[in-house]
Amino acid sequence: MSTPATVVVRGARVRGRLTRRAGAGNRVAIACGVVLGLAALVAIFGPLLAPHDPNESNLANAYVGPVAGHPLGFDAQGRDLLSRLLEGARSAMLGPALVVLISVACGATLAIVAAWRGGWVDSAISTVLDIVFAFPAILLAILAAAVFGAGLTAPTIALAIAYTPYVARVLRGAALRERAREYVAASEVQGLPAWRICARHLVPNLAPLIVAQATLLFGYAMVDFAAVSYVGLGVQPPQADWGVMVATGQSGVLQGYPMESLAAGLCLVVVVVAVNLLGERLAQRDSEVSR
Amino acid sequence: MIAFTARRGAMLLVALLVSSFVIFASLDLAPGDPLSTLSGGRTLPPETVAQLQADYNLDDPFLSRYVSWLGGAVQGDLGTSIRFRQPVGTLIGDRIGVTLGLVAYASLLIVLFGVGLGVLAGLRKGWLDTSILVTSTVFAAVPSFVMAIVLLSIFAVNLGWFPALGAGDGLIDGIKHLTLPAIALAASAGAIVVRVTRVSVRSEMGREHVQTAVSRGIPSSLVVRRHVLRNAAIPVTTVVGVTITSLIALSAVIERAFGLNGLGQALVEAALSKDLAVVQGIALVMVAAFVLSNAIVDLLYSVLDPRVALGSRAS
Repeated sequence: MSTPATVVVRGARVRGRLTRRAGAGNRVAIACGVVLGLAALVAIFGPLLAPHDPNESNLANAYVGPVAGHPLGFDAQGRDLLSRLLEGARSAMLGPALVVLISVACGATLAIVAAWRGGWVDSAISTVLDIVFAFPAILLAILAAAVFGAGLTAPTIALAIAYTPYVARVLRGAALRERAREYVAASEVQGLPAWRICARHLVPNLAPLIVAQATLLFGYAMVDFAAVSYVGLGVQPPQADWGVMVATGQSGVLQGYPMESLAAGLCLVVVVVAVNLLGERLAQRDSEVSR
Repeated sequence: MIAFTARRGAMLLVALLVSSFVIFASLDLAPGDPLSTLSGGRTLPPETVAQLQADYNLDDPFLSRYVSWLGGAVQGDLGTSIRFRQPVGTLIGDRIGVTLGLVAYASLLIVLFGVGLGVLAGLRKGWLDTSILVTSTVFAAVPSFVMAIVLLSIFAVNLGWFPALGAGDGLIDGIKHLTLPAIALAASAGAIVVRVTRVSVRSEMGREHVQTAVSRGIPSSLVVRRHVLRNAAIPVTTVVGVTITSLIALSAVIERAFGLNGLGQALVEAALSKDLAVVQGIALVMVAAFVLSNAIVDLLYSVLDPRVALGSRAS
């Protein structure tokens, strides 16, 4: 007699827990969105928000800690740290954003062409992507900087090339599944040109996955891009940039003044954590919907 | 299995050949005269110019230069470094030990702590699981060089437990010098291993054959060992392999952070000073190591999960 009742109760409890978990997940996603929105605002308006000139140095203030009007203190050359952090947000996020834009555009195009045409086109594209796969992103960026010179351009293009296979692999599988759907066959029967079916139907249906991939990729790109700037092959000092600031602050770390490196590192970590959590949430939602 | 190994071996050779070609061609892509690129823009005495002309066969067509470079590379002759004033082969030989030690140490940490904590979190729900999950989420997002700065600041400068810079001499001193770099290198990769291990253990725990075994009264330690961990090992091996492989290139950043005289440090220095012979040589070694370890991971995967080799034969 009591068995059915228990089952019902347990079922209700499980459902309650599930919705509660989804609610917590959404709250985390919203918090991440807020953090990223703030970071984007700083990246755009950072130089306007900066209370002082980020490049104005006064050696008398070297390594001076927080004082009134300078909440984070000064770096080794006596420049205002907060202003440099605000200024540095732009290059720390603009570079990775370009990387993601290029690699997602290339990866999505290659994936859809491969999935649509199949046959030798598919195997040719897959082979080329496998070869690019053999180059770790950082190594390709260092190679590019060695050949074309340090700066923003060469590492950005190199990282974009290195990430393209990752995007293309995921999207090719999804595009293949989508290609086999009936609405695609129906559109083909109606005589719609292939590019139009892809642009009007395939891409919009893949969009949630593309957005999730782009978000996750942005996190990786930020870490790798900052690493390239950190070793001295990306953004060049004295321009303020989070990766560069971790490097220039290192001599301070060894002398017991770690503020510059740690503050810049913390900025990187906060943005990357937010990006990763949001990306995972988007990817999870996409897989739930398509299931 | 043999056919799979053979096909994987052939793919490996092709990948090595193509990547060596890309690395070599990058020198030709470099804007300007290859001679001035090699010299880094400095004016060289005529005998050095003649030496370089001969070393790089600069008057020959592109393909024959590639073939002779590759022929030399196979025999360990990678040209001469202008910056370090020694053969690139010797330079690599002198420095590869530090890099190998660092990567091996970090790999050990990843296998021990990454897999260990992941299994622990996967088996025990509750506060331990939650705290491991939150910690690994944060660690996964900390760039290795930021971790290096944090470790330097805490353990080298403030507490003085470990030396800050250099690789040290001898075994004990070497381990002491490499501990902080290895932790910095392993931290974010290890956090990803923790997360993947946790999820795969958790999902194996929910599988029907595991529930059947539990309901038949088989001791839980036996169920975990025989049914959960064996099946969870398949995705875990892949992610451990992939993350360890990714350490090869990342070691360049860590070596720079801790002033270790390894391959990566030389690669970055050579890239900064446009010493392209060294860049080519070290990039070739790193890509070869990367491709080779990827192939080993694939093979391991097919040993653990025979369906992989079967599937590739069927297609």
